[in-house]
Amino acid sequence: MSVIVEPDEPPGAHPPAPPLGGPYRSDTLPDPPMIVLTDRWKLERSYTIEVAEKAGAYVTARRALTEMEPAKLIDEVKAANVRGRGGAGFPAGVKWSFVKPVAGKPVYLVVNADEGEPGTFKDRSIMELDPHRLVEGCIISCWAIGAHVGYVYVRGELALSIRRLERAIAEAREKGYLGAKPFGRDFPIEIYVHRGAGAYICGEETALLNSLEGKRGEPRLKPPFPAVEGAFGAPTAVNNVETIASVPDIVKMGGAKWAALGQLPNDGGSRIYGVSGHVKKPGLYEAPVGITLRDLIYGLGGGIRGAENGRTLKGVIPGGASTPILRPDFLVHAPDEKHPLHKWHGKSEIDVPLGVDTMRALGTMLGTCCAIVMDDTVDMVEAARNLMRFFHHESCGQCTPCREGTAWIERILTAMVEERARPNELELLVDVSNEIMGTTICALADGATMAMLGFVKKFPEELRAYVKRSKAPGLTAGLGTGRALPVLGASSDVVPPGRLVLPRGESGTQRGGAS
Amino acid sequence: MTFTLSPEREKLLDQIIARYPEKRAACLPALQLCQEQTGHIEEAAVAWVAEKLALSTAQVQGVVTFYTMFQQKKVAPNVVWICRTLSCELMGAKAVQQALEKKLGCHAGETSKDGKVTLLKAECLAACGYGPMMQLNDEYHLALTPEKAVEIVEAAKDRARDLPIGDPGGWQFGPQGGGTR
Ligand SMILES: Cc1cc2nc3c(=O)[nH]c(=O)nc-3n(C[C@H](O)[C@H](O)[C@H](O)COP(=O)(O)O)c2cc1C
Ligand code: SF4
Ligand code: FES
Repeated sequence: MSVIVEPDEPPGAHPPAPPLGGPYRSDTLPDPPMIVLTDRWKLERSYTIEVAEKAGAYVTARRALTEMEPAKLIDEVKAANVRGRGGAGFPAGVKWSFVKPVAGKPVYLVVNADEGEPGTFKDRSIMELDPHRLVEGCIISCWAIGAHVGYVYVRGELALSIRRLERAIAEAREKGYLGAKPFGRDFPIEIYVHRGAGAYICGEETALLNSLEGKRGEPRLKPPFPAVEGAFGAPTAVNNVETIASVPDIVKMGGAKWAALGQLPNDGGSRIYGVSGHVKKPGLYEAPVGITLRDLIYGLGGGIRGAENGRTLKGVIPGGASTPILRPDFLVHAPDEKHPLHKWHGKSEIDVPLGVDTMRALGTMLGTCCAIVMDDTVDMVEAARNLMRFFHHESCGQCTPCREGTAWIERILTAMVEERARPNELELLVDVSNEIMGTTICALADGATMAMLGFVKKFPEELRAYVKRSKAPGLTAGLGTGRALPVLGASSDVVPPGRLVLPRGESGTQRGGAS
Repeated sequence: MTFTLSPEREKLLDQIIARYPEKRAACLPALQLCQEQTGHIEEAAVAWVAEKLALSTAQVQGVVTFYTMFQQKKVAPNVVWICRTLSCELMGAKAVQQALEKKLGCHAGETSKDGKVTLLKAECLAACGYGPMMQLNDEYHLALTPEKAVEIVEAAKDRARDLPIGDPGGWQFGPQGGGTR
C-alpha cells in the first residue's frame, strides 16, 4: 500500500489566472487571460491520457510524425522565437539546428527537469498537471532532431512529478505513441525518466549530463557544447521542461502565429510566470511574453500583502536567485534614442516588459520568470545572506574562485548581520565578487556574484548601515590569505563589464537601470 | 557485512540498466534502490553497486557523497526536509522549523528523541509560491503554519510506511521506461 494519497487536485496546483477583477488595469496584461500552455491544468485528472486526449493531446504529435519532415519542424520552432525557458534564454530553434548527427553516434534529447533555482516552481507543475504535454513535446522534438531516445532528468525530490511522468510515458507507450513505430512512423522513440538525487548544480546542462551518465554532477568545460558532445559523447539537445512543453503548441499554431502571442521582438509566445513572497495571490500564471513586473505583482499577484496596513514593495528578484534584484523606485535612465530601453526612459524598473533582451539591458536577467517579491519589512542584508548561503552550499567545489568566493561572501554577510563586520568589509565583499566573475567553469558563480552585486547596487545604504553598527576592529589584510587587500576602485579605471565599482558615500537616490 | 538487493529490486535495476548505452549511467538509480531497501546507503551497498556496474568503490562513493538525497548515516523512518530558502523564509519558514525542533526535541540535522523523525534543512524545493513548505518523506506539505507542521509530523510518526518497490511513491518502473499500475 502506498502512503501517498494521490490528490486529484494536488497541492501546489493553483488554477491559471482568473479574469482580472480588481482595479488593476494595464495595456500589457491581457484580460481575459491568455491560456495556451496551461489549458488543461484546470481539468480534473488532467494528468491522465483520457482527459488529456479529450482536450487535444497528441493530435499535433500525430500530425508531426505522419505529415511533417524534421527540417520543417525545426523551421517552425525557429520562427516561433522561443527563448529557452530554463534561464539562459537561448533560442531553441537555433540550438536544435546545431545538433547534427555524427557518423556512428546517436543523437539524444535531454529534458532539464531539475528545477532548483530558488523562487522557481513552474516545471514541477507542468509535470504534475499536464505530463502528457511534455511527453508529446518530447515525441515531436525527438523526431525533429533525429533522436531515438530522450531522457527526462527530473529532480529527485519531485516524487509526484516522477510518478505522473512515468505513468504518462507508460500510457503513451500503450497507445503506440512511443515505442518501435510511434504513430505508425518507422522511427523508434523511447522516453526515459532519470531521477536526480538532490544537487542544484545538476540543473546546469553539462553537470546534468555527467549526472545522467552516473557520475558526480560536476559541470564540464565548454566547448564542446552538448549539441556537439553531450550525453555519452553524442550530440545532444538539452532543453528545459517548459521549452519542450511549448513545442506541441508551436507546431499546432505554426511558429509565426505562436511567436505573435508574445509582445516583444525576437522573444515569442506565451509562458508561465511565477510569483512568490509578499503578494496576496502567489502562484503560477500564464501570460504572453512581455508583461511587466508590475502586471505580475499588482495584476496577477493581487498586489502587496498587507497593503491595507501600509506594506509597500521594496524590491523584486525577477527570475530566480541568480537574477539581480530590482527596485520600484529606481528609474530607467536611457535618454539615448538608440538604447533598447529608451521607450521606458524615466519609468520604474518594474515597468519594463519581462523579456530576455529587455531584462539584460536593464542589468538583470529574465531567468526563469518566477519573481520573488519583498515588502518594506524585509532586511535586504538578511535576504542576500539567505541566497548566498544557498550558492555556497550548492557550489560543486571544482573551481577555487567559486568554492572559496561564495564561502567568503556568505561569511562577510554573516559577520554583517551579527554586527561584527570590519570597516572595509563591504569593499571586500565587492572585491571578492568582482574577482569571481568570469573565472569559473560554469555560470553558478557568475549568477551568485551578479545577484550579490545587485544587492550592493540597489541597497548599498543597508549594507553600510550594518558595517557602521559593527564593532570589529579594522581589517588590514585578506582573510588569512596573506594578500594585502586591494583598495576598491583604485586598481583600475577601466571596469570590465559586469564588475562594480562601489560608489563612495551615501547613494540612496542613485538612478537605476540602464547605464 | 554483505549487502544484496532484493530479487525484485535487482530485476528492476537490470531493466533500468538496459535504458542506457553505458552500465554506469544506472549508478544513481542503483543507489536509490539500495537506499529504498535499507533507509540509507550502507558501506556494503556501495561495494555491491560498484561490482554490479563494474565501477570502483571509490567512484561509487564519490557519487554517494555528492548528492544530498543519499543518506550516509542511518535516518529515522520519517524524514522531514524543511525549506529555508528565500521565498519560504519570507513567509515564515524559521518559525516552522523552531516549532518542529521544540516538539521533536532535536535540532535540524538530528533525529527526534523517540527516534521516529529526522529533521533536516533543505534548499528550495520548487514550491516557492506556497511557502512555508516541507517535504515529509515523499510528500509535499505547503502553506504551513507552525501548528500545522507539528500536527502533520506527529500524525505521520505512527503511520505504516510500506512503499512499493522501485518508485518514489506508488508507481512502478516497468520494462523500457514504461510502467504498469
Ligand atoms: C547553476 C545553474 C543551474 C541551472 N538550473 C537549471 C534548471 O534547474 N532547469 C533548467 O531548465 N535549466 C537550468 N539551468 C540552465 C541550463 O544550463 C540550460 O541552459 C537549460 O537547461 C537549457 O534549456 P533551455 O534552452 O530550454 O532553457 C541552470 C544553469 C546553471 C548555470
Ligand atoms: S562555478 Fe562553482 S558550481 Fe560551477 S563548476 Fe565551478 S565550482 Fe562548480
Ligand atoms: S524557496 Fe522554499 S520551495 Fe522554493
